[in-house]
Amino acid sequence: MADSDHTTPAGDTPAAAPTPAAAPKPPAKPAAAAAAPKAPPAPPPGPPDPAPPADAAIPEFIQALQAALPGAVTQVAYWVGDWTVIVDAPRLLEVARHLRDTAGAQFDYCSDVTAVDWPARAGERFDVVYCLYSTGRRARVRMKTRVADGDAVPSVSGVWASANWLEREAFDMFGVRFDGHPDLRRILMPEEWQGHPQRKDYPLEGPGELMLESPQDWLKLRQSFNEAETE
Amino acid sequence: MEPDVARPMFDTDELVINMGPQHPATHGVLRVVLKLDGEKVVDADVVIGYLHRGVEKLSENRDWTQIVLLTDRLDYVASAAANLAYVETVEKLMSLEVPRRAKYIRTVLAELQRLASHLVWLGSHAMDIGAVTVFLYCLRERELILDLFEEFCGARLTYNSMRIGGVPQDLPPGWDKKVLQFCDIQMEKLVEYETLLTHNRIWLGRTKNIGVISAADAIAVGLCGPPLRGSGVARDVRKDEPYAAYAEMEFDVPVGSRGDTYDRYLVRLEEMRQSVRIIRQAVGGLPEGPVMGKVPRLIKPPAGETYHANESPKGEIGYFIASDGRSTSPYRMRVRPPSFCNLQALPQLVRGHLVADVIALIGTIDIVLGEVDR
Repeated sequence: MADSDHTTPAGDTPAAAPTPAAAPKPPAKPAAAAAAPKAPPAPPPGPPDPAPPADAAIPEFIQALQAALPGAVTQVAYWVGDWTVIVDAPRLLEVARHLRDTAGAQFDYCSDVTAVDWPARAGERFDVVYCLYSTGRRARVRMKTRVADGDAVPSVSGVWASANWLEREAFDMFGVRFDGHPDLRRILMPEEWQGHPQRKDYPLEGPGELMLESPQDWLKLRQSFNEAETE
Repeated sequence: MEPDVARPMFDTDELVINMGPQHPATHGVLRVVLKLDGEKVVDADVVIGYLHRGVEKLSENRDWTQIVLLTDRLDYVASAAANLAYVETVEKLMSLEVPRRAKYIRTVLAELQRLASHLVWLGSHAMDIGAVTVFLYCLRERELILDLFEEFCGARLTYNSMRIGGVPQDLPPGWDKKVLQFCDIQMEKLVEYETLLTHNRIWLGRTKNIGVISAADAIAVGLCGPPLRGSGVARDVRKDEPYAAYAEMEFDVPVGSRGDTYDRYLVRLEEMRQSVRIIRQAVGGLPEGPVMGKVPRLIKPPAGETYHANESPKGEIGYFIASDGRSTSPYRMRVRPPSFCNLQALPQLVRGHLVADVIALIGTIDIVLGEVDR
């Protein structure tokens, strides 16, 4: 075992060695090497949400929705077979009720509610995504709305009871508030937790349970780590 | 001193007690705060999150291929099902073509996994209610399935048995014969479990009319999988939105009529028979050919979002994945956990029943806390 462990790094070194030898331009190299790790690509400004191709017919229920509630659907997107309607947050409940109750739609089953964080997007940071399914028509659609950090989305738990826990999780993980939710508590994280872990600016590694017991201790500890790193 | 006649000798106030998080019948670390009126449950609050490991957050920092390992650890008694749903979602995002043989192998693995998961469910559910023999019987057959998985991929619990674009390797020689032999054994043993339970008076008393939920309520509260079908809704992702090789398989979707614990038991037992039927068809018609499709060396799906669902043994497992098109890890990966959505119905199911029934009802919705908490 020990031998094979040793051979692997030894095998790696010759493979890595040619790189400096192959680069004959010493002044250019450190600059490029220094620049590369320091400039991570800018975060994506938002999902592409491509418009449906010309040959894809918009499903009838989306056309009916647009006709019944003009202006509520700001965009219709299509990607790898999935239809998405992007809805204005204030009119979300109207659209939800329409999608559930109208004869051609009948989306009676709310599979999933989740959020996506796009910190680089101006104004509205979060996408709240609802995956809907119709048990009668066996069809799917996604409903999506955008919301700024600190703003609230109307809760659809009155339309689909299954959204109750799913919205609680989105609140817990992203800090998106849901107006009119009957019981908007954290669900996976402890109640006294600070911050919302799924946000892009939340660190992957954290202080763990220390933070729960004494946030002050943790802050001091983190400070001392930072100082040690700068030295 | 005058006796206080207005005050009854015993308090009849509601009592709040904790069940779990350390309790043998909660199948992990589930805590239920029960509000009791005597032996009767007035209300229940389900507290979860004790097993939260941040799988979704971790996925945003792992390679697309590494995430298969994380999905193993969601529902750890049915990891092949979680693997399959994940790789299919990525394949959908990349518009990858999977060879037909790989699809068949995936179907066989997924159905073996369903049998294994249902065996664990049946055993532990029966043991919670008091029938310990069934537990021993069920684990005996599950052992055979684990042996088959071990021969295929070397692992017995967290299989890592799927790859984006196919399956990691072809079937070992003679494996298909062993699977068919196992199918025969399983069909025989199913009768054995039924003799112990189906007409057992204690079993009937503990499960009939317990936790009744109507079809409309079940849909509204988001039940999925066998609990939804137990209420009479013929919803099965394998039939409604066929994936892997299910479009080419012949099988029935069993549904219940009353939506009680006994119906959900019957539905799952029948599902096991149907699983054996699917395995026999898939192994019998196994096509020749490669087991891996043409997959780019660096997996980088184009920018876009998708949701894809599978029928795991617990219900509809779905992945919502957003790719930014330039990173080697997903921008956002969301797991739609079937156990989590089924557990949401627990307060509704237990209201009005006795404390002892809470245990039967936790068993009947078949949760795995690894998946509930992620």
